[in-house]
Amino acid sequence: MGFDVLLKGNNMMRLLEGVGVALKISLISVVISIVLGVVIGVLLALKRPVITAVFRAYLEIVRIMPQMVLLFIVYFGTTKALGLNLSAEAASIIVFSFWGTAEMADLVRGALAGIPVIQYEGSVSLGMNTFQTYRYVIVPQIIRRMIPLSINLITRMIKTTSLVMMIGIVEVLKVGQQIIEANRKSSPDAAFGVFATVFLLYFLACWPISMLSKYLEKKWEN
Amino acid sequence: MDEILQVKGITKRFDDIVVFENLNLTVKKGEVVVIVGPSGCGKSTFLRCLNALEDIQEGEITLDGESINRNKKDISRIREKIGMVFQSYDLFPHLTILQNITLAPVKVKKRPKAEAEKEALELLERVGLLSKKDNYPRQLSGGQKQRVAIVRALIMHPEILLFDEVTAALDPEMVKEVLDVVLSLAKEGRTMIIVTHEMQFARAAADRMIFIDGGRIVEEGKPKDFFENPKTERLQKFLQTFTYDDEK
Repeated sequence: MGFDVLLKGNNMMRLLEGVGVALKISLISVVISIVLGVVIGVLLALKRPVITAVFRAYLEIVRIMPQMVLLFIVYFGTTKALGLNLSAEAASIIVFSFWGTAEMADLVRGALAGIPVIQYEGSVSLGMNTFQTYRYVIVPQIIRRMIPLSINLITRMIKTTSLVMMIGIVEVLKVGQQIIEANRKSSPDAAFGVFATVFLLYFLACWPISMLSKYLEKKWEN
Repeated sequence: MDEILQVKGITKRFDDIVVFENLNLTVKKGEVVVIVGPSGCGKSTFLRCLNALEDIQEGEITLDGESINRNKKDISRIREKIGMVFQSYDLFPHLTILQNITLAPVKVKKRPKAEAEKEALELLERVGLLSKKDNYPRQLSGGQKQRVAIVRALIMHPEILLFDEVTAALDPEMVKEVLDVVLSLAKEGRTMIIVTHEMQFARAAADRMIFIDGGRIVEEGKPKDFFENPKTERLQKFLQTFTYDDEK
């Protein structure tokens, strides 16, 4: 079945390192996306026409453009056009954060817009000041609304890191290809075993996050 | 009796639209004032101004001699003295009933949690909802939610209670259970201003009735005179919309 090649040399270790590279890129991007997304989402909630229009354009660009095109533009394009010499990893983090920030900001905007005005009015009527209103009433509700949606975004980002091998990053999928190439003669059927393992590794990375989301959703059902 | 709330010549405008103009009202301690009027007459907006949820363009509102103004820094402190229950349910969906009630006394008034919980449970028992203390708002009916909202306002020991059409969004069979609670509060001498469409309840609860139409106080008086001998034609017409002719 081709699983045997994984036991040769340090092949399994290399695959795991590949997963590490993919997770590193996605997690750094996720953190940047959450921070910037929350800031932009709050700005959007102010409903200033200019901010909203600029953000709409940004969000559309992110949604319409394939991530791979963005990767190529940032990695290959900036080198020539702007004379920047970005590492492939930096380019990936920029692209993934650019994408994640847009989606996260839209989630924050939606969650904020979904809190009824009466929640604010009910809070201040009880004598709560602005800080207390947000701390005890608004933010907890926003977090509950956002968790399932942002976890979905995070797992999508992890999975999409498989694209970064297109700009030369040796992540898990690339390592898998290298192993198959190197063992073409000795194990011609390595493809199944290697890719099945890659599949399993992605699953193991994303599944706990999904489970966490399910758990929190259930806990906060009320 | 001493005057607790004074409203002097207040005017509310949204851009160019005048909601009400030059309204005056004085409420004495322990008095129950019920405001009625056609939809859109400005009675709810008036009530919201008393709690500084809306700003006013002219005039002054004072509670215990302290001016109520949306832009005042210590408006939160003044709002603690004003309890308000709204038409739409405003319980906090992420907190249990007990947590909903104790949040403000613990966080705003800095009362010990155990003491606040004890009082919350007593109040819940009074409105017949002790068994719901650990439930979440979505597990309650509309009438139950409104009774919790009343308890949540009461535990702050407000000097005046404002009720803004608290039964307007309820199914008919739940109206009474809520109004019974409001009525019992009226009978124990609390100061209250109630906006409502329930005329029988108004008559039973009110010390003084006020009819607002077109942004002005058109008529006011004791409930008996108000309902049996309305002086103005507008009030007569308004009250007729609540009666049915048997012979038809």
